[in-house]
Amino acid sequence: MDLTSLSALELGRKIKNKEITVEEAVRAQLEQIKAKDKEYNCYITVMEEDALARGKEVQQLIDKGKIDSPLAGVPMVIKDNICTKGTKTTCGSKILYNFIPPYNATVVEKLLNAGAVVIGKANMDEFAMGSTTETSYFGETKNPHNTEYVPGGSSGGSAAAVAAEEAFYALGSDTGGSIRQPSSFCGVTGIKPTYGTVSRYGLIAYASSLDQIGPMARNVSDCTAVLDIISGYDSKDSTSLEGENYNYTEALVDDVKNMKIGIPKGYLGKGLDEEVRAGILSAANVLREKGAIVEEFELDVVDYAIPAYYVIASAEASSNLSRYDGVKYGYRTEDFEGLQELYKKTRSEGFGNEAKRRMMIGAFVLSSGYYEAYYKKALKVKARIKEGFDKAFEKYDIILGPTAPSTAPKLGESLSDPLKMYLGDIYTVSVNLAGLPAISLPCGTDSKGLPIGLQLIGKHFGEKDIIRAAYSYEQSKG
Amino acid sequence: MKSYETVIGLEVHVELATETKIFCGCTTRFGGDTNTHCCPVCTGMPGTLPVLNKKVVEYAMAAGLALNCKINQQCKFDRKNYFYPDLPKAYQVSQLYLPICHNGGIEIEVDGVKKVIGIHEIHMEEDAGKLTHDPWEDCTLVDYNRCGVPLIEIVSEPDMRSAEEVIAYLDKLKLILQYLGVSDCKMQEGSLRADINLSVRETGAKEFGTRTEMKNMNSFKAITRAIEGERKRQIELLEEGKAVVQETRRWDDNKDTSFAMRSKEDAQDYRYFPEPDLVPMEISDEWIDEIRNRQPELRDEKMLRYEKEYDIPAYDAGIITGSKRLADIFEETVAICKKPKEVSNWIMVETMRLLKETEMEPEDIHFTPDNLAKLIALIHDGKINRTVAKEVFESVFKDNTDPEAYVKEHGLMMVNDEGELRSVVEKVLAVNPTSVADYRGGKEKALGFLVGQTMKEMKGKADPGMINKILKELL
Amino acid sequence: MNITDETIEYVAALAKLELNREEKEKAKKDLGSILEYMDTMNELNTDNIEPMSHVFPVKNVFREDIVTNGPNRDILLSNAPKQKDGCFMVPKTVE
Repeated sequence: MDLTSLSALELGRKIKNKEITVEEAVRAQLEQIKAKDKEYNCYITVMEEDALARGKEVQQLIDKGKIDSPLAGVPMVIKDNICTKGTKTTCGSKILYNFIPPYNATVVEKLLNAGAVVIGKANMDEFAMGSTTETSYFGETKNPHNTEYVPGGSSGGSAAAVAAEEAFYALGSDTGGSIRQPSSFCGVTGIKPTYGTVSRYGLIAYASSLDQIGPMARNVSDCTAVLDIISGYDSKDSTSLEGENYNYTEALVDDVKNMKIGIPKGYLGKGLDEEVRAGILSAANVLREKGAIVEEFELDVVDYAIPAYYVIASAEASSNLSRYDGVKYGYRTEDFEGLQELYKKTRSEGFGNEAKRRMMIGAFVLSSGYYEAYYKKALKVKARIKEGFDKAFEKYDIILGPTAPSTAPKLGESLSDPLKMYLGDIYTVSVNLAGLPAISLPCGTDSKGLPIGLQLIGKHFGEKDIIRAAYSYEQSKG
Repeated sequence: MKSYETVIGLEVHVELATETKIFCGCTTRFGGDTNTHCCPVCTGMPGTLPVLNKKVVEYAMAAGLALNCKINQQCKFDRKNYFYPDLPKAYQVSQLYLPICHNGGIEIEVDGVKKVIGIHEIHMEEDAGKLTHDPWEDCTLVDYNRCGVPLIEIVSEPDMRSAEEVIAYLDKLKLILQYLGVSDCKMQEGSLRADINLSVRETGAKEFGTRTEMKNMNSFKAITRAIEGERKRQIELLEEGKAVVQETRRWDDNKDTSFAMRSKEDAQDYRYFPEPDLVPMEISDEWIDEIRNRQPELRDEKMLRYEKEYDIPAYDAGIITGSKRLADIFEETVAICKKPKEVSNWIMVETMRLLKETEMEPEDIHFTPDNLAKLIALIHDGKINRTVAKEVFESVFKDNTDPEAYVKEHGLMMVNDEGELRSVVEKVLAVNPTSVADYRGGKEKALGFLVGQTMKEMKGKADPGMINKILKELL
Repeated sequence: MNITDETIEYVAALAKLELNREEKEKAKKDLGSILEYMDTMNELNTDNIEPMSHVFPVKNVFREDIVTNGPNRDILLSNAPKQKDGCFMVPKTVE
């Protein structure tokens, strides 16, 4: 039996039933990483010793009946912008190449309490800025479906690790599509929860008002099981929300009868790859055949989501990334004369091009004389986008569309024209601006054999609606 | 020379007397080893997030209400972005767009003239860390203990015209804040710091002149001198036909002059924007009422009450309430011994004398009310006389000693045994026949000498009244 | 939007970045086209719309004023590139 191709829940069950020990699972996973990661580069850090020790510990806890979680003992990977106590957390950047957090992110604590075995830290675009994982200081990650292609980003390491069976599930983070788009490109499932559902404490900030941690896994059920564990109010995060019920697993029901599904016309319009369109429409048909009411509607306001997103995200990033100055942690330049040179050289040498670009855009849109025209305007556009979605959800239970306008591009094609790369976020960023939950799940492949991603967007706290629809779709696909 | 008017506005930073910092559970205690009062949140470690201390909002509201401000019921925090090693996140969480209080003012009095100084706004923010120069390696060392201590910045209108008005304003501000208990306002520990915005203009001119800012002044003396110095400098410039440059200057109190601070390498473009990690505040009418109802008695009310309730002269009431520490000691002592006049006397005379002699501020007093009350009881019960009491009080003032123990230890208890006293008087009369004769011859003064001699024999431990009585009997 | 050398130097100074000639030229071009694209926001009418920083109308999130942290200096300094006497060490800041 090929242990690593089990789903996370299947493995969890087998561990619980004593068919497999945690140690066996961890060893198998480490073997797989050794065999494949040279090629894919999903990992920045593999925690071999820690994982083996942790595996023994979790086995004991399970044996003593002290942990009762469906994912206890299952090896998983964490995106490298989520702080892990005692383990290097780099954000894919030279400027944090040696940073060892003295604390765990809240999500990490929650996973550990549920018996997770963290097997390593996943590669990512530097500070989660990018759509290809090519901006990582630690080298690009390759798409396991075809290594000439990018895995997407910024959680490309997480998505590729799950796809390559180098991890049973992963944590990613999503600021403008960073969970959903790589999930789409790598043919896995990823959920970006409602803003405030999962604590951001310990997530190294890119754009604080948009960042959200979420699960990535090989199917909807696995993702949902992870979401059950990591969601919940956290007093350490002032933007955390108090939800009523975090049991998402109860939404795993194969039934979409009378569910109202809207497809924004613009989501199928120009710029969308023909094969992706076909994939999305056939997925919509599957749901229609299962009794859902599917119709198209106008949601024009999302046309302005990309400019508003890049203004807001860059502004917040320029502020959030200012703390990396060579004084308290991380990289510090070797030769410098005086404080100003320490700052400038450290930052110029420590950050890559994309991070620098966004910090400069951010500084510009906040600078005196431009604040109103850019930053404030973007906040107003954001208000209109939220209003647009609120209206749509008066009519529809969920919104359906593609995750990305195309399947994965080839390595090396995207970075030369940043604006073109930004335009690839067209279907994902509005969800972050409006704080909505969304899921991306595979719906077939194109002629190159690359996966197509279906995106389902829910209303605020509507995770259960999108999980139910995704699960139903997944069931019919078989 | 033309006649000039000085126009001064102040930005006063006050550290709030909360137990913990504004956004984390670290202590705000002054001092401590470097970097021991901090945590990942206040040192800006990656991934950490702020959570607002409720007390900070309440203290800011209390200050605002006492300074007659309006409360902004919708208020929020913004980030002020700039690089400096004392600011670990490279932004200070502050309030630009919607500060918590605005439009207030307080009345000051200088040379009998009353005047209202307007308060433009009060906002909440976090303090920065401390930088010290290390001469051995010619570098700067960064300590974040103070980083994240809550501050309110009280921004006045440019309503002051002299150093005297500035001092009167600061004095009043300090007292109000101390009475509220929102800050200890210890200038030497940096919990009250003032930035002075100063410009001059020809008397009668309508427009303000170009102003300069002098930052972080932390003593009244330095403030007075800085104002005089900067006023002179600006007038000299104008008289020479030169322009005043709008800039930040550093006052060097040793050299008695101010220097332009090296303009920072970059422009002062702080790129303020709403802090995304903190949610807005919504201050209800009920909350404001609650804070209002909790406001303690402030100085003016207290002064009136002392005059009325305790029959203390207005002048004395003014001195005692002029320091929250003195007023607290007064009230707590009165509560124990119920002798307001007596307590007031000890504060007005001996305490003030010793403060002056030791160059201490009332805030530095460390004796406790119970010991002053004990001392007063000892006098009242006739156990020590006033001369001895002064000696005892010095020890109380210095070391907060227990007066009863001190008197016992030093054998200062008054002799109340008439037989013993009589035998001492007899001895004194026997060795001073001249004085005895003088007295009998009608020289009243001789009696005083004999009392003194007896007291000397008794080492001061006798009641002069009783000595007098015995002497008169025997003579 | 045409981005001048001055603008690029200004934003680079604000972000504390040092750009060589080549990087400066590239930044001018990229920022120009990105900002131009951002200007498309102006096509959307936002009259009478309040700028929205927070998506949810959550207000008044506070903690109580209770000390929860003890001294932790070694941990705080453990990542410091340079330290001395329990402090972070930087080049001289005061002249």
